[in-house]
Amino acid sequence: MEATIPMQAPPGGAAKAPRPVFEIEGLHIDYTTELGVLHAVRDVSLMVNEHESFGLVGESGSGKSTLAMGSIRYLASNGKVTDGSVRLNGVELLGLPAKELRELWGSRIGVVYQSPLSALNPSIVIGKQLAEVARQHLGMDRSAASTRVIEMLTKVAMPDPEAVMKRYPHQLSGGMLQRCVIAMALMTDPSLLIMDEPTTALDVTTQAVVLDLVADLKREFDSAILYITHDLGVITKICDRVGVMYAGQFMEQAALYELFKRPLHPYTLDLLGCVPHFDPTPQKRSLVTIPGAIPRVDQLPPGCIFAPRCKFVEEACTTARPPLVEVAGAHLSACRRWEVVPPPAEYLRDATEAVRAAQTEAARPGVLVEGDDVQVHFKAPKGVIRAVDGMDLEVRIGETLGVVGESGSGKTTVARAIIGLTPSTGGTITLRGKRLPRSTGRRPRATLKEIQMVFQNPDASLNPTRSVGDAIMRPLSLLGGLDRQRAKERAKELLLAVSLPVSYFERLPHELSGGEKQRVAIARAFAAEPELILCDEPISSLDVSVQGSLMNLLMRLQVEKQTSYVFISHDLSAVQHLSDAIAVVYLGHVMEIGDATRVLTPPFHPYTEALLSAIPLADPDIKQKPIRLGGSVPSAMFVPSGCRFHPRCPRCLGEVCVEQEPPWREGEGDHRIYCHIPLEELARLQAETLVLADQGEGA
Amino acid sequence: MVEPNITDESFDTAIMDETMAKELLPPGGAARPKSWRIYWRRLKKRPAALVGTIIFCIFLFLAVFGPWVAPYDYQAQNAKARLATPSVSHPFGADQFGRDILSRIIVGTRNIFLLGGFGTLIAVIIGTAIGLASGYIGGTGDEVVMRLLDVLLSFPSLLLAMVLLASVGPSNLNIVLVVAVLYIPMVARVVRSMVLDLKNKEFVEAARVRGEKRSYILFREILPNSLPPLLVEASMRFSYSIFLVASLGYLGLGVQPPSPDWGLQINEARNFFTLAPWVLLFPACTIAVLVVSTSLMSDGLRQVMLPGGGRN
Amino acid sequence: MGKFILRRLGFMVLTVILASIIIFWATTVLPGDVASQTLGRFATEQAKTELRHQLGLDRPVTVQYASWLGGYVRGDWGTSPSMDTLVRPVVFERLRNSFMLAVVAFALYVPLGIFLGLLAALRKNTWADNLISVGSLAFIGLPEFVSGLILIAIFAIELHWLPSQSSIDPHSTFVEAFPYLILPAITVALTSLAYVVRMTRSSTVDVLQMDYVRTANLKGLPPRRVLFSHVLRNSLLPTITVVAIGIGWLIGGLIVTESVYDYPGIGRLLLFAIQRRDLVLIQATALLIVIIYVVANLVADILYAVLNPRIRYN
Repeated sequence: MEATIPMQAPPGGAAKAPRPVFEIEGLHIDYTTELGVLHAVRDVSLMVNEHESFGLVGESGSGKSTLAMGSIRYLASNGKVTDGSVRLNGVELLGLPAKELRELWGSRIGVVYQSPLSALNPSIVIGKQLAEVARQHLGMDRSAASTRVIEMLTKVAMPDPEAVMKRYPHQLSGGMLQRCVIAMALMTDPSLLIMDEPTTALDVTTQAVVLDLVADLKREFDSAILYITHDLGVITKICDRVGVMYAGQFMEQAALYELFKRPLHPYTLDLLGCVPHFDPTPQKRSLVTIPGAIPRVDQLPPGCIFAPRCKFVEEACTTARPPLVEVAGAHLSACRRWEVVPPPAEYLRDATEAVRAAQTEAARPGVLVEGDDVQVHFKAPKGVIRAVDGMDLEVRIGETLGVVGESGSGKTTVARAIIGLTPSTGGTITLRGKRLPRSTGRRPRATLKEIQMVFQNPDASLNPTRSVGDAIMRPLSLLGGLDRQRAKERAKELLLAVSLPVSYFERLPHELSGGEKQRVAIARAFAAEPELILCDEPISSLDVSVQGSLMNLLMRLQVEKQTSYVFISHDLSAVQHLSDAIAVVYLGHVMEIGDATRVLTPPFHPYTEALLSAIPLADPDIKQKPIRLGGSVPSAMFVPSGCRFHPRCPRCLGEVCVEQEPPWREGEGDHRIYCHIPLEELARLQAETLVLADQGEGA
Repeated sequence: MVEPNITDESFDTAIMDETMAKELLPPGGAARPKSWRIYWRRLKKRPAALVGTIIFCIFLFLAVFGPWVAPYDYQAQNAKARLATPSVSHPFGADQFGRDILSRIIVGTRNIFLLGGFGTLIAVIIGTAIGLASGYIGGTGDEVVMRLLDVLLSFPSLLLAMVLLASVGPSNLNIVLVVAVLYIPMVARVVRSMVLDLKNKEFVEAARVRGEKRSYILFREILPNSLPPLLVEASMRFSYSIFLVASLGYLGLGVQPPSPDWGLQINEARNFFTLAPWVLLFPACTIAVLVVSTSLMSDGLRQVMLPGGGRN
Repeated sequence: MGKFILRRLGFMVLTVILASIIIFWATTVLPGDVASQTLGRFATEQAKTELRHQLGLDRPVTVQYASWLGGYVRGDWGTSPSMDTLVRPVVFERLRNSFMLAVVAFALYVPLGIFLGLLAALRKNTWADNLISVGSLAFIGLPEFVSGLILIAIFAIELHWLPSQSSIDPHSTFVEAFPYLILPAITVALTSLAYVVRMTRSSTVDVLQMDYVRTANLKGLPPRRVLFSHVLRNSLLPTITVVAIGIGWLIGGLIVTESVYDYPGIGRLLLFAIQRRDLVLIQATALLIVIIYVVANLVADILYAVLNPRIRYN
């Protein structure tokens, strides 16, 4: 195989050779648990240079966090590093006495992890917590430390640093807190910065701002960065080199561009195929599925650990475990058949199939469920929370309406209003033209049968004391009127329909994985044979590979049974993959709605535009023009006047946006945009700015 | 090279238990052993709890079969054996009436179990009913009920028991009722907080979306999931009830003579403390052993059935 | 914050009023006809009627209640038939004695409890922790008359270090009373000690698992600083609540202990009143104990709210 694509040059100074800052060699980490000794991390090596950022990608059970924490020797009392070497600036960390290690932790290493609110002490003001670092390691006194803190907070673009210093963590938003944590980590200008899923808990638009910040800081500081995430899109924004981990060891390591454009391990190839690619055309393809499940570290197969799930497996793969070796310039792979691995574009064409033909305009099916000026207001001691504030939605028969928005948008609340769990307080919701009573309690069984729901949290979706079979049988007998025998048969059919073995019938929920539980929840929802299924972030908490297979399942079932979906998510990629129509919501109101293709191509509502430019896409070729929103989502109790988006809108026109509510601008077909700017003007503005390199999206 | 952990020093910086270990092990795939096996395996690893449970079972056995196991009739007086020191014929000695202390203690077990046990049982049944109803229905009714229960909880329990028993008189039935009244609020609170927690879980919402009746949701969805904390609470209440009944007996406000109530025995034995300390010490130690073992057992239950959780 | 305190205060008053109703009902309505019980079955109707009138029992129940409660609030707690003196001075004197006992106990169990709890949490799953955990579990259930009597057996009777009973003169000063306070204080402290140990251990174990402790360690702060500045600041909050409530709880524990040691405190007074069926005394004492308990809970709630920034700044 010829490597035709040149390796990406390291950024920053090409004048001097990159200096290795952080080196891990042959690291082994074990945990002693109730189930015996687990070899959580096995024979792992990596290297990060100064100014360089190494991305560590993996799903659950990959051991990526264990590796990061274990390499700096911060492990739980039942964890142990059993072999290997870890060097920071040439100093060996293993074997270092405790006192010196602490010193290194504080002054040469900075750590940022997932939840900023829990990372900070709730009882101490921010300023004091940050100053602690300066006083301990930079030998500063109180006033010098204060100055330094303000300096750092300014660097992370914190508005009004003096005020922030006096606040307690719970008084700040997630995005601001994460910036404080980053400021704290960089305070001593550390050699190594470890970031463990730092943006996973943040909204997409906030995440974009933080990622921009990290990219800036990367240029300004000399630190080497170890960036851990499961999100392939985020990796492309920050990292120079990437390592893919699976069940405790590396499968592949390469430069960013190499890994994405020409991966040399089947697992990486599959992983890339599981992520929905941004494609506004209506032609839907399935996603790659990886059969089987991630093995437990105490139940690893004898040969290559990925062999049971690999599409290129051979006899020899199952007998000996292939080591991680350099197979092309600075490109390492743990696959003995790396030469056979095809390029992603070709592989995707073969491994996926077309799921649905495009729908033409004329053949649009009728409307099933319609929401007209739906409102859900809650009374609070200090005012009214306007969670859903006049939404107009429509779902057509056999189609999927994707509802996308960030936190506080009201997307979950409106779904709950449709199904009646949270009764609407205003407006009407109709099913086939007939008005629906507001709460489930008032709806007749025949109506309840028509609308079902799949919830966000698979662990809480099923009654822990009821077997899987019971859970599916119940709606069959209650809503379907089947007798016990028939219900049992039908339940087994449904298990097969969601690709679960019939033997799961007697199992209890705690014996299933997250993805399997969600499949049972889907089977249960379909058991009632509803016309509409509301899916509230059903895949957000699952691994990437599992997400892909569940999306495939949902699409297949929709084609078979002609059920409509309302698919709610903050993940625009997933929404665009599944939806025929999309509604973009912000702070309780729809900002843009229409056919999926129309919504995803210009003209966009400014909010849609910001969302699209904020999603990190898993393609290093694509450059998105950064349209960033300032501030954070306001509280639903104090909805801004006029156009509720005006305080954050990059295209705010001024007074008219502040004082008047925008009109609906009608586009083609059902497409509507809620904005003061006329459509032609939007199209003109956006055609210019959202220009992308090479094969772009939405230009 | 085996690396001594940084955490092997004076302060354990990070504590990880089996819940975190699960993150390393993507679950599912294989069938797991049933709950009871898991509980039993966990219990076996906790010697204190295991010992407590075994001792409790011994007492339970005595409570049921007491009168047939005791060597003497607990009321049989024997002038010749007055204040006899512990010996082969009277392993725990004899009291001021020559009654065998061992027998009195054994028979007294049944007494305590019945009074404490029934009181706790009634408290659990009624408390659960109140907690379920109040928690699920919510609204102002729930507020009112909770305030009323809070008032009852605002009394130190011994005080309330004393005042109530002083008015109605100390009969066995009254003691049972007083114990029940005392513990209903606590049980109701525990159940109510479970209900509030479960009410918003997705599987309960899925039941509402199916159109299940309220009673179905309460009894088939919520209650089965409340059983572990309820069981733990019930066994804790039982151990406190022993404490209470014995204290009342000691104060003379509980069961009346010639009952072999342990507290009462101790009260009566005070006068002979210097002469014959065993008359007092054996019942005292028995109370101590039973209460401690029941505490150990309930704490063990809590750790076994509610790993990672189960706050008071 | 101010509104929070006012609401709590209001609730406290409501609780006390409801409690007073229960006490009144239990002592006046429930026992039945006092006159028959006092004078016996063969007393004449006339004698009974006259006694009822004398005791004010022929008025409607609500009037009796209002008059009693009104008097209580004003400070008029009536006269005790069995002691033949004004109730209030006696109650307050006994309260003072109990208070002395409580203070000594408090000084014993609070520092020791926090220390042992912390030790157990920091040495989790070692022999020290197991010993402390099992020990505290054992002491929680030990009735005071058991532990008290065993303590007397060892320290008073066997070793003769301390007096075996504490029936001192009710008017004694603190210094005079002190040697007699030691054993009872230890007895009462044992159970409260167990609660404090368990609460401290459990909340410290929770805090140690928190991310911000990880952050503090990774900031390279010395372990001592991590412990005091970051861990204790948060883990002791629930302990404060328990300690504050424990003050009220002490009152309950005092009843039995004072009876074991024959100490002239409020608990023994209540017991005495119950044995003598002295309703006036029972009512006054019981209500006072409840008030103390409720006030202690209120103080605990407020203290927790003030010390917890999440509640204070919201």
